Amino acid sequence: MSKTYYDPADLRKFGNISDWNKELGDSFFEYYGKVFEEGALSAREKSLIALAVSHTEQCPYCIDAYTKDGLQRGITKEEMMEAVHVGAAIKSGATLVHSVQMMNKVNKLEM
Amino acid sequence: MSKKSLLARNNDLANTERQLEILSNGIFANGELPTFAKKIKETNQFPLRPKKLEILQINLGYMCNQVCAHCHVDAGPDRKEIMTVETMEQCLAVIENTGAHTLDLTGGAPEMNPNFRWFVEEASKAGIKDFIVRSNLTIIRANKKYYDLPEFFKKYNVHVVSSMPHWTRGKTDKQRGSGVFDKSIKALQELNAVGYGMPNSTLKLDLVYNPSGAYLPGDQMALEQDFKKALKDDFNIEFNSLFAITNLPISRFLDYLIASENYEDYMFALVEAYNPTAVQNVMCTNTISVSWDGWLYDCDFNQMLNLKVNSNIKHISKYNEDVLQDRNIIINQHCYGCTAGAGSSCQGVVA
Repeated sequence: MSKTYYDPADLRKFGNISDWNKELGDSFFEYYGKVFEEGALSAREKSLIALAVSHTEQCPYCIDAYTKDGLQRGITKEEMMEAVHVGAAIKSGATLVHSVQMMNKVNKLEM
Repeated sequence: MSKKSLLARNNDLANTERQLEILSNGIFANGELPTFAKKIKETNQFPLRPKKLEILQINLGYMCNQVCAHCHVDAGPDRKEIMTVETMEQCLAVIENTGAHTLDLTGGAPEMNPNFRWFVEEASKAGIKDFIVRSNLTIIRANKKYYDLPEFFKKYNVHVVSSMPHWTRGKTDKQRGSGVFDKSIKALQELNAVGYGMPNSTLKLDLVYNPSGAYLPGDQMALEQDFKKALKDDFNIEFNSLFAITNLPISRFLDYLIASENYEDYMFALVEAYNPTAVQNVMCTNTISVSWDGWLYDCDFNQMLNLKVNSNIKHISKYNEDVLQDRNIIINQHCYGCTAGAGSSCQGVVA
Protein backbone atom coordinates (compact mmCIF):
# COMPACT_ATOMS: atom_id res chain seq x y z
CA MET A 1 0.00 0.00 0.00
CA SER A 2 1.35 3.37 -1.03
CA LYS A 3 2.27 5.87 1.69
CA THR A 4 0.98 8.80 -0.34
CA TYR A 5 -2.52 9.48 -1.65
CA TYR A 6 -1.42 10.13 -5.22
CA ASP A 7 0.96 8.00 -7.31
CA PRO A 8 1.55 9.10 -10.94
CA ALA A 9 1.82 5.41 -11.93
CA ASP A 10 -1.83 4.92 -10.84
CA LEU A 11 -3.05 6.87 -13.86
CA ARG A 12 -2.24 3.99 -16.23
CA LYS A 13 -4.30 1.69 -13.94
CA PHE A 14 -7.42 3.81 -14.49
CA GLY A 15 -8.91 1.09 -16.69
CA ASN A 16 -8.77 -1.31 -13.74
CA ILE A 17 -11.86 0.32 -12.21
CA SER A 18 -13.87 -1.98 -14.50
CA ASP A 19 -12.44 -5.02 -12.67
CA TRP A 20 -14.80 -4.57 -9.73
CA ASN A 21 -17.82 -3.46 -11.70
CA LYS A 22 -17.49 -4.29 -15.36
CA GLU A 23 -20.87 -3.03 -16.49
CA LEU A 24 -20.63 0.43 -14.96
CA GLY A 25 -16.91 0.70 -15.70
CA ASP A 26 -17.38 -0.20 -19.35
CA SER A 27 -20.35 2.18 -19.66
CA PHE A 28 -18.32 4.99 -18.19
CA PHE A 29 -15.36 4.45 -20.58
CA GLU A 30 -17.66 4.16 -23.56
CA TYR A 31 -19.33 7.44 -22.58
CA TYR A 32 -15.96 9.06 -21.87
CA GLY A 33 -14.61 8.05 -25.26
CA LYS A 34 -17.67 9.38 -27.07
CA VAL A 35 -17.53 12.71 -25.25
CA PHE A 36 -14.05 13.38 -26.59
CA GLU A 37 -14.79 12.46 -30.20
CA GLU A 38 -14.85 15.12 -32.89
CA GLY A 39 -18.31 16.68 -32.79
CA ALA A 40 -19.82 20.17 -32.84
CA LEU A 41 -16.64 20.97 -30.92
CA SER A 42 -13.30 19.78 -32.26
CA ALA A 43 -11.31 17.19 -30.30
CA ARG A 44 -8.70 19.93 -29.87
CA GLU A 45 -11.20 22.33 -28.27
CA LYS A 46 -12.42 19.56 -25.98
CA SER A 47 -8.87 18.81 -24.91
CA LEU A 48 -8.40 22.44 -23.83
CA ILE A 49 -11.72 22.43 -21.94
CA ALA A 50 -10.66 19.20 -20.22
CA LEU A 51 -7.34 20.79 -19.27
CA ALA A 52 -9.05 23.82 -17.71
CA VAL A 53 -11.54 21.64 -15.81
CA SER A 54 -8.70 19.34 -14.65
CA HIS A 55 -7.26 22.38 -12.89
CA THR A 56 -10.49 23.60 -11.35
CA GLU A 57 -11.14 20.01 -10.18
CA GLN A 58 -7.52 19.96 -9.00
CA CYS A 59 -7.10 16.42 -10.30
CA PRO A 60 -3.36 15.68 -10.71
CA TYR A 61 -4.05 12.63 -12.88
CA CYS A 62 -6.22 14.69 -15.21
CA ILE A 63 -3.64 17.48 -15.37
CA ASP A 64 -0.94 14.96 -16.37
CA ALA A 65 -3.24 13.34 -18.92
CA TYR A 66 -4.52 16.50 -20.60
CA THR A 67 -1.19 18.29 -20.63
CA LYS A 68 0.23 15.34 -22.55
CA ASP A 69 -2.88 15.13 -24.71
CA GLY A 70 -2.48 18.81 -25.58
CA LEU A 71 1.17 18.37 -26.55
CA GLN A 72 0.22 15.43 -28.77
CA ARG A 73 -2.29 17.64 -30.54
CA GLY A 74 0.29 20.37 -31.10
CA ILE A 75 -1.41 22.70 -28.61
CA THR A 76 1.09 25.33 -27.48
CA LYS A 77 1.92 26.13 -23.88
CA GLU A 78 0.52 29.63 -24.38
CA GLU A 79 -2.84 28.10 -25.36
CA MET A 80 -2.71 25.76 -22.38
CA MET A 81 -2.01 28.57 -19.93
CA GLU A 82 -4.83 30.68 -21.36
CA ALA A 83 -7.19 27.74 -20.92
CA VAL A 84 -6.17 27.38 -17.27
CA HIS A 85 -6.80 31.10 -16.78
CA VAL A 86 -10.33 30.60 -18.09
CA GLY A 87 -10.82 27.98 -15.37
CA ALA A 88 -9.18 30.24 -12.79
CA ALA A 89 -11.33 33.20 -13.83
CA ILE A 90 -14.51 31.17 -13.37
CA LYS A 91 -13.25 29.87 -10.02
CA SER A 92 -12.42 33.37 -8.75
CA GLY A 93 -15.54 34.80 -10.34
CA ALA A 94 -17.59 32.15 -8.58
CA THR A 95 -16.01 33.20 -5.29
CA LEU A 96 -16.45 36.89 -5.91
CA VAL A 97 -20.00 36.73 -7.21
CA HIS A 98 -20.94 35.25 -3.83
CA SER A 99 -19.82 38.49 -2.25
CA VAL A 100 -23.06 39.95 -3.56
CA GLN A 101 -24.77 37.66 -1.08
CA MET A 102 -22.45 38.98 1.62
CA MET A 103 -23.28 42.55 0.63
CA ASN A 104 -26.99 41.76 0.60
CA LYS A 105 -26.72 40.23 4.06
CA VAL A 106 -24.76 43.20 5.44
CA ASN A 107 -27.32 45.60 4.00
CA LYS A 108 -30.13 43.59 5.49
CA LEU A 109 -28.61 43.30 8.95
CA GLU A 110 -27.18 46.80 9.33
CA MET A 111 -29.37 49.65 10.37
CA MET B 1 21.16 21.69 -25.87
CA SER B 2 24.38 19.90 -26.71
CA LYS B 3 26.04 20.82 -29.99
CA LYS B 4 27.84 17.48 -30.20
CA SER B 5 26.84 13.91 -31.01
CA LEU B 6 26.69 11.25 -28.29
CA LEU B 7 29.73 9.72 -29.99
CA ALA B 8 31.79 12.91 -29.68
CA ARG B 9 30.68 13.25 -26.04
CA ASN B 10 31.78 9.66 -25.30
CA ASN B 11 28.27 9.07 -24.04
CA ASP B 12 27.52 5.55 -22.83
CA LEU B 13 24.63 5.32 -25.31
CA ALA B 14 26.90 5.81 -28.34
CA ASN B 15 27.47 2.11 -27.71
CA THR B 16 24.62 0.30 -29.48
CA GLU B 17 24.97 -2.81 -27.32
CA ARG B 18 24.33 -0.67 -24.27
CA GLN B 19 21.15 0.65 -25.91
CA LEU B 20 19.93 -2.87 -26.65
CA GLU B 21 20.70 -3.88 -23.06
CA ILE B 22 18.53 -1.03 -21.74
CA LEU B 23 15.71 -1.99 -24.12
CA SER B 24 15.80 -5.61 -22.95
CA ASN B 25 16.20 -5.08 -19.22
CA GLY B 26 14.05 -3.44 -16.56
CA ILE B 27 10.33 -3.35 -17.30
CA PHE B 28 10.71 -5.84 -20.16
CA ALA B 29 12.89 -8.30 -18.24
CA ASN B 30 10.65 -8.35 -15.15
CA GLY B 31 7.53 -8.93 -17.24
CA GLU B 32 5.84 -5.63 -16.38
CA LEU B 33 5.61 -5.05 -20.14
CA PRO B 34 5.59 -7.75 -22.85
CA THR B 35 8.53 -7.84 -25.25
CA PHE B 36 7.72 -6.91 -28.85
CA ALA B 37 8.21 -10.52 -29.93
CA LYS B 38 5.69 -11.71 -27.35
CA LYS B 39 3.24 -9.02 -28.38
CA ILE B 40 3.26 -9.86 -32.09
CA LYS B 41 3.00 -13.57 -31.28
CA GLU B 42 -0.43 -12.83 -29.77
CA THR B 43 -1.67 -12.00 -33.27
CA ASN B 44 0.41 -14.65 -35.07
CA GLN B 45 2.65 -12.04 -36.68
CA PHE B 46 5.90 -13.60 -35.48
CA PRO B 47 8.37 -13.92 -37.10
CA LEU B 48 8.00 -10.67 -39.01
CA ARG B 49 8.72 -11.30 -42.70
CA PRO B 50 9.34 -8.97 -45.65
CA LYS B 51 6.69 -8.41 -48.32
CA LYS B 52 7.44 -7.11 -51.82
CA LEU B 53 10.50 -4.82 -51.81
CA GLU B 54 9.48 -1.30 -52.79
CA ILE B 55 12.00 1.07 -51.28
CA LEU B 56 15.78 1.14 -51.13
CA GLN B 57 16.68 3.57 -48.38
CA ILE B 58 20.29 4.64 -48.62
CA ASN B 59 22.04 6.52 -45.85
CA LEU B 60 24.65 8.72 -47.52
CA GLY B 61 26.40 9.58 -44.25
CA TYR B 62 25.90 10.70 -40.69
CA MET B 63 27.31 14.20 -41.19
CA CYS B 64 24.73 16.93 -40.66
CA ASN B 65 24.73 20.69 -40.21
CA GLN B 66 22.23 20.29 -37.34
CA VAL B 67 22.35 18.49 -33.99
CA CYS B 68 18.70 17.73 -33.25
CA ALA B 69 17.87 16.70 -29.70
CA HIS B 70 15.90 13.63 -30.74
CA CYS B 71 18.09 12.40 -33.64
CA HIS B 72 18.10 8.59 -33.88
CA VAL B 73 21.12 8.74 -36.16
CA ASP B 74 23.17 10.74 -33.63
CA ALA B 75 24.09 12.88 -36.64
CA GLY B 76 25.98 16.15 -36.50
CA PRO B 77 28.89 18.15 -37.92
CA ASP B 78 31.34 16.01 -35.96
CA ARG B 79 30.27 12.74 -37.65
CA LYS B 80 32.69 11.81 -40.42
CA GLU B 81 30.99 8.65 -41.71
CA ILE B 82 30.29 9.41 -45.38
CA MET B 83 29.46 7.03 -48.23
CA THR B 84 32.33 6.68 -50.71
CA VAL B 85 32.01 6.65 -54.51
CA GLU B 86 32.99 2.98 -54.45
CA THR B 87 30.01 2.08 -52.22
CA MET B 88 27.77 4.35 -54.33
CA GLU B 89 28.84 2.38 -57.41
CA GLN B 90 27.87 -0.84 -55.65
CA CYS B 91 24.48 0.74 -54.86
CA LEU B 92 24.06 1.76 -58.52
CA ALA B 93 24.73 -1.79 -59.65
CA VAL B 94 21.92 -2.91 -57.34
CA ILE B 95 19.60 -0.11 -58.49
CA GLU B 96 19.87 -1.34 -62.09
CA ASN B 97 18.45 -4.74 -61.17
CA THR B 98 16.26 -4.17 -58.14
CA GLY B 99 12.51 -4.62 -58.03
CA ALA B 100 12.30 -1.58 -55.75
CA HIS B 101 10.70 1.45 -57.42
CA THR B 102 11.74 4.12 -54.93
CA LEU B 103 15.15 5.37 -53.89
CA ASP B 104 14.99 7.08 -50.50
CA LEU B 105 18.10 9.11 -49.67
CA THR B 106 18.74 10.01 -46.08
CA GLY B 107 21.54 10.87 -43.65
CA GLY B 108 22.66 13.01 -41.77
CA ALA B 109 22.11 15.65 -44.35
CA PRO B 110 22.40 13.57 -47.55
CA GLU B 111 23.21 16.72 -49.52
CA MET B 112 26.47 17.09 -47.53
CA ASN B 113 27.91 14.00 -49.17
CA PRO B 114 30.28 15.53 -51.78
CA ASN B 115 29.05 13.04 -54.39
CA PHE B 116 25.36 13.46 -53.64
CA ARG B 117 24.48 15.12 -56.96
CA TRP B 118 26.55 12.71 -59.00
CA PHE B 119 24.80 9.82 -57.28
CA VAL B 120 21.32 11.20 -58.01
CA GLU B 121 22.27 11.76 -61.66
CA GLU B 122 23.64 8.23 -62.02
CA ALA B 123 20.66 6.67 -60.24
CA SER B 124 18.40 8.59 -62.58
CA LYS B 125 20.28 7.17 -65.58
CA ALA B 126 19.94 3.71 -64.00
CA GLY B 127 16.19 4.12 -64.24
CA ILE B 128 15.04 5.40 -60.85
CA LYS B 129 11.97 7.60 -61.34
CA ASP B 130 10.84 7.98 -57.77
CA PHE B 131 13.45 9.76 -55.66
CA ILE B 132 12.96 10.81 -52.09
CA VAL B 133 15.46 13.09 -50.42
CA ARG B 134 15.06 13.60 -46.68
CA SER B 135 16.22 17.18 -46.45
CA ASN B 136 16.50 19.06 -43.19
CA LEU B 137 15.69 22.32 -45.07
CA THR B 138 18.35 24.45 -43.35
CA ILE B 139 21.03 22.82 -45.51
CA ILE B 140 19.61 24.78 -48.47
CA ARG B 141 20.54 27.98 -46.63
CA ALA B 142 23.69 26.68 -44.91
CA ASN B 143 26.18 27.58 -47.62
CA LYS B 144 26.16 29.17 -51.08
CA LYS B 145 27.03 25.86 -52.70
CA TYR B 146 23.63 24.54 -51.59
CA TYR B 147 21.53 27.54 -52.67
CA ASP B 148 20.59 25.90 -55.99
CA LEU B 149 19.40 22.64 -54.39
CA PRO B 150 15.72 23.46 -55.07
CA GLU B 151 16.53 23.70 -58.81
CA PHE B 152 18.56 20.48 -58.66
CA PHE B 153 15.70 18.68 -56.90
CA LYS B 154 13.31 19.98 -59.53
CA LYS B 155 15.50 18.78 -62.40
CA TYR B 156 15.30 15.18 -61.16
CA ASN B 157 11.72 15.46 -59.91
CA VAL B 158 12.96 14.59 -56.44
CA HIS B 159 10.24 14.15 -53.85
CA VAL B 160 11.41 16.34 -50.96
CA VAL B 161 10.54 15.23 -47.43
CA SER B 162 11.49 17.67 -44.72
CA SER B 163 11.33 17.74 -40.95
CA MET B 164 9.32 20.47 -39.27
CA PRO B 165 8.46 19.81 -35.63
CA HIS B 166 6.08 22.73 -35.20
CA TRP B 167 4.68 25.79 -36.89
CA THR B 168 6.02 28.01 -34.12
CA ARG B 169 9.60 29.24 -33.79
CA GLY B 170 9.98 28.32 -30.09
CA LYS B 171 9.13 24.64 -30.37
CA THR B 172 11.12 24.17 -33.58
CA ASP B 173 14.31 25.79 -32.32
CA LYS B 174 14.15 23.93 -29.01
CA GLN B 175 14.24 20.59 -30.81
CA ARG B 176 16.43 21.40 -33.79
CA GLY B 177 18.67 24.25 -32.67
CA SER B 178 18.61 28.02 -32.52
CA GLY B 179 17.73 29.74 -35.81
CA VAL B 180 16.50 26.54 -37.46
CA PHE B 181 12.92 27.78 -37.72
CA ASP B 182 13.70 30.96 -39.68
CA LYS B 183 16.05 29.13 -42.05
CA SER B 184 13.50 26.35 -42.57
CA ILE B 185 10.79 28.87 -43.41
CA LYS B 186 13.08 30.54 -45.94
CA ALA B 187 13.96 27.17 -47.48
CA LEU B 188 10.28 26.19 -47.73
CA GLN B 189 9.52 29.48 -49.47
CA GLU B 190 12.33 28.82 -51.94
CA LEU B 191 11.01 25.32 -52.62
CA ASN B 192 7.55 26.80 -53.18
CA ALA B 193 9.08 29.36 -55.55
CA VAL B 194 10.34 26.65 -57.94
CA GLY B 195 6.98 24.87 -57.73
CA TYR B 196 7.39 22.46 -54.83
CA GLY B 197 4.22 21.75 -52.85
CA MET B 198 2.14 24.11 -54.99
CA PRO B 199 -1.39 23.24 -56.07
CA ASN B 200 -1.41 21.48 -59.47
CA SER B 201 2.37 20.98 -59.39
CA THR B 202 3.89 17.53 -59.77
CA LEU B 203 6.80 18.50 -57.49
CA LYS B 204 6.05 16.97 -54.13
CA LEU B 205 6.98 18.55 -50.83
CA ASP B 206 5.97 16.69 -47.68
CA LEU B 207 6.71 17.62 -44.11
CA VAL B 208 7.60 15.29 -41.27
CA TYR B 209 6.33 16.06 -37.81
CA ASN B 210 7.72 14.29 -34.79
CA PRO B 211 6.96 15.28 -31.22
CA SER B 212 9.45 17.48 -29.38
CA GLY B 213 9.31 15.46 -26.19
CA ALA B 214 8.22 12.30 -24.42
CA TYR B 215 4.81 11.96 -25.99
CA LEU B 216 3.30 10.35 -29.06
CA PRO B 217 2.18 12.21 -32.17
CA GLY B 218 -1.49 13.12 -32.37
CA ASP B 219 -3.80 12.48 -35.28
CA GLN B 220 -1.90 12.99 -38.55
CA MET B 221 -4.84 14.57 -40.40
CA ALA B 222 -5.63 17.04 -37.61
CA LEU B 223 -1.96 18.03 -37.32
CA GLU B 224 -1.72 18.43 -41.09
CA GLN B 225 -4.67 20.84 -41.06
CA ASP B 226 -3.13 22.88 -38.24
CA PHE B 227 0.24 23.00 -40.00
CA LYS B 228 -1.29 23.95 -43.34
CA LYS B 229 -3.35 26.76 -41.88
CA ALA B 230 -0.54 28.21 -39.77
CA LEU B 231 2.16 28.03 -42.46
CA LYS B 232 -0.19 29.50 -45.06
CA ASP B 233 -1.50 32.29 -42.83
CA ASP B 234 1.85 33.25 -41.33
CA PHE B 235 4.31 32.65 -44.17
CA ASN B 236 2.26 31.89 -47.31
CA ILE B 237 3.86 28.43 -47.47
CA GLU B 238 2.23 25.46 -49.21
CA PHE B 239 3.07 21.78 -48.89
CA ASN B 240 1.47 18.44 -49.83
CA SER B 241 1.22 16.11 -46.84
CA LEU B 242 2.32 15.95 -43.27
CA PHE B 243 3.78 12.66 -41.98
CA ALA B 244 3.43 12.20 -38.24
CA ILE B 245 6.34 10.05 -37.04
CA THR B 246 6.80 8.58 -33.58
CA ASN B 247 10.18 9.03 -31.92
CA LEU B 248 11.77 5.62 -31.36
CA PRO B 249 13.48 5.02 -28.03
CA ILE B 250 17.04 4.76 -29.36
CA SER B 251 20.15 6.93 -29.54
CA ARG B 252 19.73 10.59 -28.53
CA PHE B 253 16.02 10.25 -27.87
CA LEU B 254 16.67 7.30 -25.56
CA ASP B 255 19.34 9.35 -23.79
CA TYR B 256 16.80 12.14 -23.33
CA LEU B 257 14.08 9.74 -22.09
CA ILE B 258 16.39 8.30 -19.45
CA ALA B 259 17.88 11.64 -18.35
CA SER B 260 14.41 13.22 -18.01
CA GLU B 261 13.02 10.14 -16.20
CA ASN B 262 10.42 9.63 -18.91
CA TYR B 263 11.68 6.27 -20.19
CA GLU B 264 9.24 3.97 -18.38
CA ASP B 265 6.17 6.14 -18.98
CA TYR B 266 7.10 6.45 -22.65
CA MET B 267 7.47 2.67 -23.05
CA PHE B 268 4.14 2.12 -21.29
CA ALA B 269 2.54 4.65 -23.65
CA LEU B 270 4.02 2.89 -26.70
CA VAL B 271 2.90 -0.56 -25.55
CA GLU B 272 -0.55 0.70 -24.59
CA ALA B 273 -0.96 2.24 -28.05
CA TYR B 274 0.17 -1.01 -29.77
CA ASN B 275 -1.89 -1.60 -32.89
CA PRO B 276 -1.62 -5.05 -34.54
CA THR B 277 -2.95 -3.63 -37.83
CA ALA B 278 0.05 -1.31 -38.00
CA VAL B 279 2.38 -4.33 -37.79
CA GLN B 280 1.22 -5.47 -41.23
CA ASN B 281 2.57 -2.35 -42.89
CA VAL B 282 5.65 -1.37 -40.90
CA MET B 283 8.30 -0.06 -43.24
CA CYS B 284 10.77 -2.91 -42.66
CA THR B 285 8.33 -5.11 -44.62
CA ASN B 286 8.91 -3.19 -47.88
CA THR B 287 12.27 -1.49 -47.38
CA ILE B 288 15.96 -2.35 -47.28
CA SER B 289 18.19 0.12 -45.49
CA VAL B 290 21.80 0.57 -46.66
CA SER B 291 24.36 2.23 -44.42
CA TRP B 292 27.10 4.67 -45.51
CA ASP B 293 29.55 1.76 -45.55
CA GLY B 294 27.29 -0.59 -47.51
CA TRP B 295 25.86 -2.86 -44.80
CA LEU B 296 22.24 -3.94 -45.10
CA TYR B 297 19.54 -3.50 -42.46
CA ASP B 298 15.79 -4.02 -42.07
CA CYS B 299 15.33 -0.30 -41.38
CA ASP B 300 17.20 2.88 -40.52
CA PHE B 301 16.58 2.27 -36.80
CA ASN B 302 18.11 -1.21 -36.89
CA GLN B 303 21.01 0.38 -38.77
CA MET B 304 21.58 2.77 -35.88
CA LEU B 305 21.44 -0.15 -33.44
CA ASN B 306 23.92 -2.05 -35.65
CA LEU B 307 21.45 -4.92 -36.16
CA LYS B 308 22.39 -6.16 -39.64
CA VAL B 309 19.91 -8.21 -41.67
CA ASN B 310 19.44 -11.80 -40.62
CA SER B 311 20.61 -13.21 -43.95
CA ASN B 312 23.72 -14.69 -45.51
CA ILE B 313 23.78 -11.54 -47.64
CA LYS B 314 24.72 -8.68 -45.35
CA HIS B 315 26.53 -6.25 -47.64
CA ILE B 316 25.57 -4.30 -50.76
CA SER B 317 28.60 -5.75 -52.60
CA LYS B 318 27.03 -9.22 -52.31
CA TYR B 319 23.44 -8.08 -52.87
CA ASN B 320 20.96 -10.76 -53.95
CA GLU B 321 17.35 -9.71 -53.65
CA ASP B 322 15.83 -13.20 -53.66
CA VAL B 323 18.09 -14.42 -50.88
CA LEU B 324 17.58 -11.22 -48.90
CA GLN B 325 13.81 -11.27 -49.16
CA ASP B 326 13.76 -14.73 -47.59
CA ARG B 327 14.66 -13.58 -44.09
CA ASN B 328 13.18 -12.90 -40.68
CA ILE B 329 13.15 -9.24 -39.73
CA ILE B 330 15.12 -8.44 -36.58
CA ILE B 331 12.93 -6.95 -33.88
CA ASN B 332 13.42 -5.52 -30.42
CA GLN B 333 11.47 -3.29 -28.05
CA HIS B 334 12.20 -0.13 -30.11
CA CYS B 335 9.83 -1.61 -32.74
CA TYR B 336 6.88 -0.57 -30.53
CA GLY B 337 7.59 2.93 -31.86
CA CYS B 338 6.44 1.91 -35.35
CA THR B 339 3.27 0.13 -34.20
CA ALA B 340 1.82 2.70 -31.77
CA GLY B 341 -1.58 4.16 -32.61
CA ALA B 342 -1.97 4.61 -36.33
CA GLY B 343 1.59 3.34 -36.73
CA SER B 344 4.66 5.19 -37.88
CA SER B 345 7.01 4.92 -40.81
CA CYS B 346 9.13 7.19 -42.95
CA GLN B 347 5.89 7.76 -44.90
CA GLY B 348 3.87 8.60 -41.78
CA VAL B 349 0.96 6.53 -40.48
CA VAL B 350 0.50 3.00 -41.79
CA ALA B 351 -2.86 1.93 -40.33
